[in-house]
Amino acid sequence: MTYKTGDWIPTRDAYGEALCELGEKNKKVVVFEADISKSTRTNLFGKKFPERYFNVGVAEQNEMAIAAGAAMCGKISFVSTYAVFASMRACEQVRTFVAYPHLNVKICPSHGGITPANDGVTHQGTEDLGIMRTIPGMTVLMPADANATKKLLFAAAEWDGPVYLRLTRDSVPIIYDEKTDFTIGKGILLREGKDVTIIALGDMVSKALDAANLLSTEEISAEVIDMHTIKPLDGDIILNSVKKTRTVVTVEDHQVECGLGGAVSEFLGENYPVPVRRIGFRNTFAESGEYELLLEKYGMSVKHITAGCLNSIKMKGKIR
Amino acid sequence: MEKDIQFLKDTAKELRKNILKMVCAACSGHPGGALSAAEIITALYYGEMHVDPKNPQDPDRDRFILSKGHTCPVLYSVLAMKGYFPLEELQTLRKINGRLQGHPDMNKTPGVDSTAGSLGNGLSIGIGMALMAKLDKKSYRTYVLLGCGELNEGLIWEAAMAAAKFKIDNLLAIVDYNRLQLDGTNDEVMPLEPLADKWKAFNWNVITIDGHDFNQILGAFRKAGETVNQPTVIIANTVKGKGVSFMENKVDWHGKAPNKEQLETALREIENDI
Ligand SMILES: Cc1ncc(C[n+]2csc(CCOP(=O)(O)OP(=O)(O)O)c2C)c(N)n1
Repeated sequence: MTYKTGDWIPTRDAYGEALCELGEKNKKVVVFEADISKSTRTNLFGKKFPERYFNVGVAEQNEMAIAAGAAMCGKISFVSTYAVFASMRACEQVRTFVAYPHLNVKICPSHGGITPANDGVTHQGTEDLGIMRTIPGMTVLMPADANATKKLLFAAAEWDGPVYLRLTRDSVPIIYDEKTDFTIGKGILLREGKDVTIIALGDMVSKALDAANLLSTEEISAEVIDMHTIKPLDGDIILNSVKKTRTVVTVEDHQVECGLGGAVSEFLGENYPVPVRRIGFRNTFAESGEYELLLEKYGMSVKHITAGCLNSIKMKGKIR
Repeated sequence: MEKDIQFLKDTAKELRKNILKMVCAACSGHPGGALSAAEIITALYYGEMHVDPKNPQDPDRDRFILSKGHTCPVLYSVLAMKGYFPLEELQTLRKINGRLQGHPDMNKTPGVDSTAGSLGNGLSIGIGMALMAKLDKKSYRTYVLLGCGELNEGLIWEAAMAAAKFKIDNLLAIVDYNRLQLDGTNDEVMPLEPLADKWKAFNWNVITIDGHDFNQILGAFRKAGETVNQPTVIIANTVKGKGVSFMENKVDWHGKAPNKEQLETALREIENDI
C-alpha cells in the first residue's frame, strides 16, 4: 500500500495496513491489542493472522507485560493502544520489563497529541514522548504521514530493541512520496532556508511547511526539518542547519517540556547555544474540540509558528 | 411521587432522547453504553441519591462516579434534566470552549463528581470517597457505575479486594452488564463469567437484576443500603443501545453518532415504546 501526496489520512490507518504487510514478510511479528482494534486498525492484522494476534481486553498493563514475555521468547511484539495508556497506564511495564531488558517490543499507539481532539484530555496524549524519551534505551518516533509511517514501521521491526512509534487519530496530509527513504535516527531536511530552522515532528510537520511558505512571502527563508526520531536525536542535521541559521523553532503536538523542544534545547545547550523558541503545550491540558480549533486556541497554529520564527530571528540579533 | 414507576419510565424516555440528540449534534460520542444505563441513572438521580442541583459542591451530597466515562451523554443529560445546567447546553457536547467534555471533567461540569474516561479507575476513586465519609463521620453514599468491558482492567480487582478489606458498606458498585465492549462481545474479547462468583470470591455482596426494570433496581438499592460491613455490587443485566431497535445489541453503536435521519427514527421509537 502506498499513499498519494496531497491526500489526507490518519497515520493509524497506514499502521494497520503496513502491519499486515509486515506480518506477511516476517513471521516473528506478533500483535497485542487491548479492545480497541477497530480504532487502532489492528483488526486488519487480526483477520489475516489470527494465530499471531492477541486481544487481551481493556487491560493495558497486562498487554504490555504479555508483549514483553513474548519478546523474551524471540518474537517481535507490536503493542497497540492509545498514547495515554501506552505511556502512562503501562509506564512501569515499559520501563522495567521492555526497556530495561532491551526487548523487541514495538509500542505503536494511536491518538498521539491532540489528534483525538473532541474525545478530550483523557484521550489526548501530550506527555507521552517526554515520558518515553526519559527511559534509557528507548527509541522514540513519530511519522509525519502515511508513507513515513509505513517506512518507519518496517524500520522499527528491524531495529534492535524497544521502539515507541506514535500515530494520529485524525487525518494528516501526505507530504512524502513512496520513494522517500527513512532511517531511524536521521532527520529529513524538507526545505532549505537561511534565516531560521524549524524542527517539527508528526502532525506538525505539515504545519511547519505551511509556516515556511507563509514566511517566504515576507522574504524570510526558513529551513524545515522533519525530526521523526526524537531519540536517538540527529545532532548532525541540527548542527548543520543551525550553523547557518543560528536560531531554532521547535514544533510539536506535545508539552514543550521533555519532548522535541526539550530534546533540541538540551542538545543545543550542550553543543551550540542559540536562541530556541518552542511551540507546543505550555503547562496546560487542552480540551474537547476540533483539532484545528485546538491548535489555534493553544498557540500551535501556522500563524503561531510564523510568529515564533519572527520572534526567534529577533532574538538572535539580541544575543549575538 | 418521584419514586413512582411511571414517572421514572417517562423520565428515562426523556433521558434517552437527550442522549441521542446530543450525540447527534456532536457528530461523535458513545450512544450504546449510555442507552443501556438509562434506567440505572434515572433510578439513581430520581429515586435514590441525595443531591441538590443548586448546591453541587455540598460536602454532604451523595457522590456518583461514571467510571465508564465514555458514556457521559447519559450523565450530562440527567444533570441537565435535574437542573445543574441548562438543557440547551447539551448541544455543546465535545465542542471547543464548552463545559461538556468528550469524557467527564469534574472541574468543568457542575454535578460531575469525578473526572473519568480512562477505564478502570472509578471504583478506587469511589473507595477513597467512601473511606473519607467514614473518617469524617458523614452519612453520604458513593455510587460507581462500571462497564463490563471495563472489568478487564486489573485495577478494578485491586479495588474489589480493598473494598472488602475496609468493609466499605457506604459504596455501591453497579455493573452495566450489556455484554458488549468496543471490539465485540465480552466472550469474544475477554470472557467475564462466572461474574457474580468472581465478586463473591472477593467477599462482595452480589445482587443480580434486570437493569431496565425499575422495581428491581430500586429493590436492589434498598437491599444494598441495608447491608453492613460488606461492599455491594449490583450486576445489572442490560441491553447495549436499549430503546432503539437498530442500535440494540449492536457493537457498531458503541462509539458512533446517529445521523439526522437515524436520530428521527430513534426518537420516534423511544416515544412510541417500540
Ligand atoms: C484505560 C482505557 N483503555 C481503553 C479505553 C478505550 N475504550 C473506551 S470504551 C471501551 C470499551 C468499554 O466497554 P464497556 O466497559 O463494556 O462499556 P459499555 O459497553 O458500557 O459502553 C474502551 C476499550 C479507555 N477509555 N480507557
